[in-house]
Amino acid sequence: MLNQTSRRQLLKNGGLLGLIATFGAAIPRLAYAAWNKAAFEGKTLPDTYKAMGADGPKESGEVQLIASDIAENGAVVPLQCVSKLPNTTQIAFLVEKNPNMLAASFDIGPDMVADVTTRIKMGQTSNVIALVKADGKFYTATKEIKVTLGGCGG
Amino acid sequence: MGHPMKIRAASKGGVTEVKVLMNHEMETGFRKDSSGNVVPAWFIAEVVAKLNGKEVMTAQWGPSVSKNPYLAFKIKGGKAGDKVAITWTDSKGDTRTDEATVS
Repeated sequence: MLNQTSRRQLLKNGGLLGLIATFGAAIPRLAYAAWNKAAFEGKTLPDTYKAMGADGPKESGEVQLIASDIAENGAVVPLQCVSKLPNTTQIAFLVEKNPNMLAASFDIGPDMVADVTTRIKMGQTSNVIALVKADGKFYTATKEIKVTLGGCGG
Repeated sequence: MGHPMKIRAASKGGVTEVKVLMNHEMETGFRKDSSGNVVPAWFIAEVVAKLNGKEVMTAQWGPSVSKNPYLAFKIKGGKAGDKVAITWTDSKGDTRTDEATVS
């Protein structure tokens, strides 16, 4: 039950949120413009690589993709990528059999350790690729993850 | 506007490990609701991480990042008392920033 005080507070907060939303919306448009639409909408692996500027990436033992072999829930698949290559500037996760392959891409600044973890959705059992850019060249690590229950709804 | 993120940042052996749990639906745009209409895509598209106001990492995400995204990364340096700020921007232009103190 809402009493009188909390209702007042709610109205007040609501107004404040509206105000922030109005101002907030103008700025991030610029940041969002940097989003690599072509890469995220790529339907084949070569197309996605091309959109990311990654021409014929090589498999490398210096790139580690850490994930479990079996994902019970495809909606939440934890992935970690560690790159031992010097001057690593980018780490990206791609899922071969998702409708769009590219899931996430991280631009690693010089103050970062090339070690990123996140959780992604997988529609079905597929190869997952960690794509790393180091010294301007692209390298990959691939691992097959078996999905028991697809995570893309339907 | 979104809901607050949970951010943990801990410095150990010259490396600051940051763990972030965001609060977002991350709609893929492939899902249908009970009446068969496609639920439009709505997801966090960009994430920016700053240490003491200096940008250390930016990320571009697609809709296949899990709902309520989890993110962990490591920053060289950083010490107790430093500030880590995370900002996300979603595909509707909505944005949110949260800050945590390194322990």
